[in-house]
Amino acid sequence: MIELVNISKSFGDQTVLKDVSAQFEKGKVNFVIGRSGSGKSVMTKCTVGLLEPDSGNVLFDGRNFTAMNLKQRKEIRKEIGMLFQGSALFDSMTVEENVMFPLKMFSEMPLEEMKARVLHCLNRVELTGSEHKLPAELSGGMQKRVGIARAISMNPQYLFCDEPNSGLDPQTAIIIDNLILDLTKEYGMTTVVISHDMNSVIEASDTIHFIHQGEVAWSGNNADMMTSSSSTLNDFVYASKLMQRMRNTI
Amino acid sequence: MFYKMLVKEMGIIGIDSLGIVVLLATFMGAVMCLQTAHQVSGWYPAYIIGFTVRQTMILEFSPTLIPIILAGKVGSNIASQLGTMRVTEQIDALEIMGVNSSGYLVLPKIIAGLFCIPILVVMSMFLGVASGAGIAFVTKVCSMAEYQEGIQLDFESYSVVYALLKTSVFALIMTSVSAYHGYHTEGGALDVARSSTKAVVYSAVIIMITNLVLTQILL
Repeated sequence: MIELVNISKSFGDQTVLKDVSAQFEKGKVNFVIGRSGSGKSVMTKCTVGLLEPDSGNVLFDGRNFTAMNLKQRKEIRKEIGMLFQGSALFDSMTVEENVMFPLKMFSEMPLEEMKARVLHCLNRVELTGSEHKLPAELSGGMQKRVGIARAISMNPQYLFCDEPNSGLDPQTAIIIDNLILDLTKEYGMTTVVISHDMNSVIEASDTIHFIHQGEVAWSGNNADMMTSSSSTLNDFVYASKLMQRMRNTI
Repeated sequence: MFYKMLVKEMGIIGIDSLGIVVLLATFMGAVMCLQTAHQVSGWYPAYIIGFTVRQTMILEFSPTLIPIILAGKVGSNIASQLGTMRVTEQIDALEIMGVNSSGYLVLPKIIAGLFCIPILVVMSMFLGVASGAGIAFVTKVCSMAEYQEGIQLDFESYSVVYALLKTSVFALIMTSVSAYHGYHTEGGALDVARSSTKAVVYSAVIIMITNLVLTQILL
């Protein structure tokens, strides 16, 4: 479980996060939703330590990440896998080298075992046969899947996905959503997905946290969200005509 | 992984820069020979041509101009590579994995620069002096014996030490300034281009100022 306790973050005069508290549960896909600029990405960056919060604490299974020194944080980070919005694959490396990278850096595995692990991860994301391709030779959806394979190569305890479906067609987006959902259950990970794609939220979420103007304005699950009386949440969820039609059928 | 990165960077900074260094050094030496011959003809003994080519190549052209040219080639390459990695979140990905991104990405470039650029500069010294001899032979501005006498005249090995000291400092400046600008890029493609330009301009300016200071201190 990951707990955020009263996290605040400002950039100059602009307060982006105001006393944010949230719990991301183990073995579940925890969605963080909200409008662009609401503070979702800043919250994630504060959680994984890419940004330092001004106040508050982040706890990974009770371990206070915010209070740790650099060396202790590195140990926690080895338990974290992250899928970035643009995949963030190393463009000078092949697919195999990308997925093998964390293993080479941190594991003591012999090369053959590493290769077997890479094959297993690529097989899990249905990309067997693409080992020797460069990221530039892959489609957006394939790059996301390589990003997921790299993120799970070290058997992480925590998986963060930043806008995993941005730029993907609806069918590929559903494949990615289901992959994240399946892997979370299979590995028992605490998964946090940052998204403003309502299709993904409906498809894959176990718990949902709605961020509005730097605060957690609403928390609950999929079913609660559809029937919520929160006007700010409803404005966000039912912004599209498709969702409005869906509401009328509920 | 670090040694693999170091070898790769040595290839990019050293081997890939061979062509431009060979071209520049060859033409600089040849032009310096013709210029000197034109200036001193009839006024000074002809061995002055070899002497001047040697002194200018060893003391200034090779240790200063080659790093400035390389700041354009290698410096922009370093800044744009790191800048692109920053804006496409590849550096964030390294940090999340628990990798010290600056140690992994920047240090091999600095060490490769410190190792390869002095070698390129020594090579350019030889090439410059040799191409001066070649052009002197072809255009007959002086005999080979006079040229040889000139390049041996009052030779001080400290000149080479001074040149290599300068080169090492310039290599450190070029790689670290470029890496700094690339690593701290924020924004998108335009900002990568800006970082690359800044890296070249700042490197060149700092090299010129340091050149003045080092020349005063070391000579």
